Formats: sequence, structure tokens, C-alpha cells
Amino acid sequence: MSIDLKTIKHISKLARISVDEQRAKKLAGDLNSIFDFIEKLNELKTDNVEPLTSIAETTLKLRSDEVKSKNIREQIIKNSPQENEDYFVVPKVIE
Amino acid sequence: MSDITKQSLTELVENIKNKKLCSTDVTKAFIDRSEKSEKLNAYITNDFTSALDKAKKFDQKPNFNLKLPGIPMAVKDLFCTKNIKTTAGSKILNNFVPTYESTVTENIWNEGAILLGKLNCDEFAMGSSNETSFFGNVQSPIDKNLVPGGSSGGSASAVAGQLTPVTIGTDTGGSIRQPASFTGIVGLKPTYGSCSRYGIVAFASSLDQAGPMAQNVKDCALLHEVISSYDAKDSTSIDFKRNHYGKELTNNIKGKKIGIPKEYRVDGMPKEIEDLWQKGIQYIKDCGAETIDISLPNTSYALPTYYIVAPAEASSNLARYDGVKYGFRAKGENLIDMYEKTRSEGFGAEVQRRIMIGTYVLSSGYYDAYYLKAQKVRKLIKNDFDEAYKKVDAILTPSTPSSAFKIGEKTNDPVSMYLNDIFTVPVNLAGLPGISIPAGHDSKGYPLGLQIIGKAFDEQNILNIAYAMEEKINFKNKITDWWIK
Repeated sequence: MSIDLKTIKHISKLARISVDEQRAKKLAGDLNSIFDFIEKLNELKTDNVEPLTSIAETTLKLRSDEVKSKNIREQIIKNSPQENEDYFVVPKVIE
Repeated sequence: MSDITKQSLTELVENIKNKKLCSTDVTKAFIDRSEKSEKLNAYITNDFTSALDKAKKFDQKPNFNLKLPGIPMAVKDLFCTKNIKTTAGSKILNNFVPTYESTVTENIWNEGAILLGKLNCDEFAMGSSNETSFFGNVQSPIDKNLVPGGSSGGSASAVAGQLTPVTIGTDTGGSIRQPASFTGIVGLKPTYGSCSRYGIVAFASSLDQAGPMAQNVKDCALLHEVISSYDAKDSTSIDFKRNHYGKELTNNIKGKKIGIPKEYRVDGMPKEIEDLWQKGIQYIKDCGAETIDISLPNTSYALPTYYIVAPAEASSNLARYDGVKYGFRAKGENLIDMYEKTRSEGFGAEVQRRIMIGTYVLSSGYYDAYYLKAQKVRKLIKNDFDEAYKKVDAILTPSTPSSAFKIGEKTNDPVSMYLNDIFTVPVNLAGLPGISIPAGHDSKGYPLGLQIIGKAFDEQNILNIAYAMEEKINFKNKITDWWIK
């Protein structure tokens, strides 16, 4: 298989990472060598194998829906790159 | 004072309890040595001033009933520490100061330990050499320009270099055991669900586990006893009866059956590794245990499986770094442009590579061919271990296919870097505990490790085997202090 530049551009769009032409070429090379290595899995027949979705074979525990932390707005906002008192600020979305 | 840093955790605890040493002296000694060791680049952030304050406070009102009474300790910078910057080795978290504490670090502070600082690691724990950190590579105390391994490279360097008595790292595919092996120390990756993942910067959630790294097995057992706990804040934390791993440690392993998997004899493995493994088998026998040849037929599929599962989970976990709520933000013309520039400038090359792999294998049209396939093979790998454990109590393998390599040697070839984890990755995929112990040196004088893999929740057993073997091996780490003038 071969991952071309068009595919790299498509994945980078999905991953929300901008890549320039030079980076895209480098990534295509890297990903192709990694996927060559991954293709080895096709040697195995797995039609009748159940996928392993969770290593801990337990069902998730339920708990009552209680508020445990109150008035932590300040803590939550504290690390935001740009703040405006009570809100996170992002570039303008609506004209 | 200088010999304080040479003492093991067990000795330091005893000396503090017997009042032969106080926490202030011990903390000062490790700070002094850490300050002289800047060349190793083991720390990202130090907290020396408040460490000394805490030590003085401890000495004024000591509580000797604690398991880590006034013991200073640096930890991997992947654990969120309240009010102390936590970067995960990334530019994107360069200004992140958590408002909460991870459960495993909370556990160690509750037992009297004192934070020295945060240790360097590969960015988001993605790497095998500590060369992907935004804060620069870490030097190994073993030799100049040698990698300490990764991703817990700063942690390994700090323990081997005696900048901290013990530490905690994290292991997603070998990130505790491989650097432990490269630097001649002991590192335990616990069973999945043994240590809480709450407050640990997430990489691949179905594989990540925190674990202890130490100079010897006894210290490792003691620290594991402190960090392992059931935690309702981690939905995959498992409520099982935990041992007093330190107290219950024994070197009596008579009659234990240890499996030797033939598939770990990989093509191109240096003879030194094979010889070390044979020596390990002899040590097992000398301890009165029995070795049995076993087969783990799907071993060679573990790495390709890992390089689908781990990046897939990472691409999902790292979607949260969008420049909005915390972390680095780049300027953009609009919201999408801001996201894309933030992630492009904030993540390093290896992290971007893995997010791209993960996004690809999860994307429409490829999910079944890659991600579902990998989950199925993961099941086969787990079945191999289940089958083997019908016949044996534990499994002995080399920790890594080679000794440590030079800085820069493998950075241009991702696949050759990934191959480093060939013996450690299957353990994470199957959710099992594994411990690496130093077992010898290669012709260059670099340390080599052996790995003991256990049944799920059977940490006590592999600690006991490691403890018994350690006595026979009698390994001496060759630390020349080359980085200290």
C-alpha cells in the first residue's frame, strides 16, 4: 500500500494539524514505512476472533450522580490561554 | 553527606526512623546532587525550595509510622501535581499548572514523601530514548551521549544517577522497563488497573500504567505498595486484594515454574542478549525454581498491533489539546485555523506522526482493516499468555533486544526505534505485570536487563522471583559521575 500526499493532507485535516508541503512529504515517507511494518498483521486469519475491547474484564461501576466539586470556575479558567472573567475566549465564530 | 545519595530507599527509611538521619539532611543531599547534575537534563521543573521547607516541617513533627517518612522524591512530568507545572514533555503544556493532584502522587505524599521536582520524559510518553521531549534529550549516567531510554528517561537517569532515591514512571509499551534496563536499575510495570490513572496525562488509555523505578527490588516493592490502590476516580481501576508487597517480599521461589518463550529468540538479536538470557535461566535454577520451554506463537504480531492500538487511542486522547481551555495557543485567522496552527506548532514531530497514524486507522473505510484487526490480534496475544499460564507461574525474557544506543542513532528511522520495545509491548497488550532487573553488562560495559512477566495481579510473585535472582546476579551499576566536574 502507499499513502500519497493527498491522503496525508486529508488526515491532517481530520487531525486538525496543519502541515506544509515539506512536512507532508516527510510524513508520507514515515507513514509508508510504518504501515509496511503493520501490514504483517494480514498474515493472520482473524475471521472468528472476538476483538479485545477492554483488558479489564469488568463492567463499569455505577455511582449516584452527585455534585462533588462546587465553585471551581476560577480553577477551570485559570489555565486558559485567553480569558474574559467567566468565559473561555476563542476567535470569532459568528459574523 | 555525599554518601546519603548512595543509600537505598530502604536504608534511608530505616535511618530516618532510627533518627540517624533527618529528612532535611536527606533532602539537602539529593538537592545538592541534583544541582550538580544539570548536564543530565533529568529535570524539567524543580521544586527544591519548597522541598526543603517540607523537610524541615517534617523534622519538627516527624511521623515515623509512615512508609516514606520525609523521603524526597522526583517524579515523571506526566503526573499532574497540584500548583506545580506539569508539561508531559510538550510545548503544548509548557504553561500548564494543574489545579488537582494525580492519585498515585497523592498516595506517596500521604505516606510522607516530599516532591523534589518533575522529571524529563518523551513528549506525551511517546518515545524510546527521551529524544522527543520539548525540553531536550536526557543524558544517561552510564555514559556520555548515551540515551537513558524512554519514555521515562529522566526518571531512569535520576534514579541511576542518584538524584532521587526512587521514582515513579509510566509504561504504555515499555516506558518503565526499557529505560530501567538501559540504566541498570529495577522497573515494574504493574497489572492494568493496579495503579490509578487519575491525573496522569493520557497517552493510550487501555495500555497506560504507572509504576515504580528503583535501585533494587526491595525498594521497588515498597514503593509499589504505596502507589497501588483502588480509585473510584479511574473507571478502569480494579478493586482486588493488594499485598503488602514490601513486607511480604521473599527470596524463596523453590518449585516455581518459569516459562521460557522460544519466540523471544528474535532474528538478529546480539549473542550477548542470548547469553544473558541463558545466565538468567541458570540463576532461576540456582534458586530452586524450574524452567519450562513454552510458546507464545503470536509474539511477532505484538509490535504491529501496538502501533495501531496506541496511536489510535492517542489521536483520540490528544484531541483535547485545541488551544481553548488550557495549554499553548497559536494565533489563527478563525477557529479552525487556530486549532490547526496550535496543534502544528504545539506538538513535536513524533507526536504528530502518531496522531496521524491513529487518525488514519480510525478513519472511515480503514477502521475494519486496521483498528478492528488489531483488536482481534490483541485478543490472540492475550490468549497466548492465558494458555502459557496454565503451565507456568511466570515468564523470563530479555528486557530489550540490545543495550542502550547513542543519542541521535535511531532518530531518523521510526521503525528501528519502535523495535526497541519488542519484548515489552506484548505485556501491555495483555495487561500483565512485568519487571525489568539489571542482570549484566555488554562488552561496552552498558547494563542489560532481564524481564519477568507475571499473571495478572501477581506482582508479589514476580517481585519475589526478581528478589531471588537479584541476590544471585549481584549486579553492580558502573556509575562514574562523568557529568559532575
